[in-house]
Amino acid sequence: MKYVDEFRDPELARTLLARTAARSTRPLRLMEFCGGHTHAIMRYGLRTLLPPTVDLRSGPGCPVCVTANADLDRAIALSKVPEVILTTFGDMVRVPGSRESLQDAKARGADVRMVYSTLDALGIARQNPQRPVIFLGVGFETTAPTIAAAILQAQSEGLRNLTVLSLHKLTPPATRAILDAGELAIDGIIGPGHVTTIIGSDAWQFLPADHGVPVAIAGFEPLDILRAVADLVEMVETGRPAVANTYARSVTPQGNRAALEAMDRVFEVSTAQWRGFGPVPASGLSIRADFERFDAGRLFDVDPGPTVEHKGCLCGDVLRGTVTPPECPLFDKACTPVRPIGPCMVSAEGACAAYYQFARDAL
Amino acid sequence: MSDKVILLAHGSGGRLSHDLVEKLFVRYFDNPTLLQLDDSAVVPIPESQAPFHGTGDQVLSPLPASPVRLAFSTDSYVVSPLFFPGGDIGKLAVCGTVNDLSMSGAWPLWLSAGFIIEEGLPLAELERLVASMAATAELAGVQIVTGDTKVVDRGSADKLFINTAGVGLVPPGVEIAGDRAQPGDVVLLSGTIGDHGMTIMTQREGLRFDSPLESDCAPLNRLVADLLAAVFFPSGEKSGEGGALRCLRDPTRGGLATALNELAARSGVGIEIEETAVPVREAVRGACELLGLDPLYVANEGKLVAIVAPEVADAALAALRAHEYGREAAVIGRVTDAHRGRVVQRTALGAHRVVDMLVGEQLPRIC
Repeated sequence: MKYVDEFRDPELARTLLARTAARSTRPLRLMEFCGGHTHAIMRYGLRTLLPPTVDLRSGPGCPVCVTANADLDRAIALSKVPEVILTTFGDMVRVPGSRESLQDAKARGADVRMVYSTLDALGIARQNPQRPVIFLGVGFETTAPTIAAAILQAQSEGLRNLTVLSLHKLTPPATRAILDAGELAIDGIIGPGHVTTIIGSDAWQFLPADHGVPVAIAGFEPLDILRAVADLVEMVETGRPAVANTYARSVTPQGNRAALEAMDRVFEVSTAQWRGFGPVPASGLSIRADFERFDAGRLFDVDPGPTVEHKGCLCGDVLRGTVTPPECPLFDKACTPVRPIGPCMVSAEGACAAYYQFARDAL
Repeated sequence: MSDKVILLAHGSGGRLSHDLVEKLFVRYFDNPTLLQLDDSAVVPIPESQAPFHGTGDQVLSPLPASPVRLAFSTDSYVVSPLFFPGGDIGKLAVCGTVNDLSMSGAWPLWLSAGFIIEEGLPLAELERLVASMAATAELAGVQIVTGDTKVVDRGSADKLFINTAGVGLVPPGVEIAGDRAQPGDVVLLSGTIGDHGMTIMTQREGLRFDSPLESDCAPLNRLVADLLAAVFFPSGEKSGEGGALRCLRDPTRGGLATALNELAARSGVGIEIEETAVPVREAVRGACELLGLDPLYVANEGKLVAIVAPEVADAALAALRAHEYGREAAVIGRVTDAHRGRVVQRTALGAHRVVDMLVGEQLPRIC
């Protein structure tokens, strides 16, 4: 594929790797914020190609994974309200909540439908005017604008049966929370490419300014990631932390103005519950009062039951980067993709799923 | 909770499907033929016994055991939409069973066809599908010799489901089974992967791409016959042996990754494949990229994986490439005694990664 193959070129990869190895003199720990990066790193075996001085840790950048059990239970309870059609992105259906998953609820009669975009949810709402259609809004700054756009579209069409349960989360506050907690020494951050396309690279200036930690915004091809690692190594070695944008074909300093405006019209920043973190101030997006008739959280009064955390599951620690997936006692034993216990083993962006799928039994 | 009801993922061809087969069906239907767990059952035609003893105590002289063995297979087809670029559910139903039989080295002869039809299906559509089945059967050289029709209430089925079963004959000397791969063997693939699955997926999602995708749905029995001939007669003379063709699989549901994992597990060997050697069409790669899927896990309906002894690899590859359904055939890897039971891929960058079986439906990423 044109435009993609050049970012997977083995020759260039070898050159970059050799340069990084030559430049890296001291051990350093980098966190890739995004689950998409974790998967690319494992899929292409980049950990084994990088010099031993570079330790990569995956971060909280998997929206399915950071969804708190209580929120997931509420979504499952919503799916059981008579006549409701609950629409969601695919990965969510397999995540076990306190007692069951959406997939279990579906097999028992709940009308849960996987969609590829909010446009599909709009279509389902139009086709079923007599039934409440709820969209499970899970995601970061990447998905939030599309959901804002869907709400604005529903409003302009006078579509009355589409609502959204907004569990959206913001990525810079979570990164700040990890650094503030100080549980893990982090020398650099591989910044999320898609999120930063929306919010702009300036949104990460606080990392070098307040924390002295360099960040390199990266795309999702192997060369993107190797280039980001090379830049981070360089900034650490020279002691000059900054925001490097290695994904300039997509990311600008200011981000996507139109997307940010749509988000701001529909949502307001609020405290959100993160798995592994608990409540993080100013890290979530709630639907503004002006749009309350689209807010499933306000319109439906359901009892999700008591929240039960999965015993022994270390997803919370994995999401904070304090533990790597194979260090969890359940990994590849009680918890596998077939019978996942925690969300990190389910999601296509989950760190445990990536380690399990690509690197079980270090070869 | 998940243990108690059937989930869609039980039908995806991945790990849950395997669990269902091994922990439920095999447990109850337990017999040595079923335990082969290949695409079709291969049974000897025994020396005639009881069936020829009539009730009137008349005894026919026993017939000797046949050197030819019987291959028997069945499959059900529920694809939606019924018509798609490159095929339709009728063509698929014939090819699927013909291919399952062919993967045991059998020459398929007779098929049955069972139709479960939803009330309201336009007769013209059914006729188009039946005509397509007839044309495909003709192409493969098989006959549809028995059948059944059921019509169910609107909503009790989705338009049309088809079941086909088939019988074929396995020539003497041909020993193809999933447990016969040996370290040192060569892994061949008959062409590009992911064409069928991505065609269906993009039809379902209403996506359109610049270069149209087309299902690879095709009957592979003639390709297998050519392959067998090449292995039996690698240099034009009868010097090879049928046993040099160890395993055949058509990587349908669960894709190439799942087929290779099954072979690695059944044979107790490791398989190493080269990422750059596996042919994938541009349009398929693009569609996979867009939906966040890995072509290794996407279904095929006109491809086969062959594991052959190294001494016949060249002849086998040439035989595949000489056939219209195998023009893009390639050597994609080797069987090894390292990492037994596992499939490992050497990536374009030279790193190694495990290629696991598919778990659940492959789903698009959410951000």
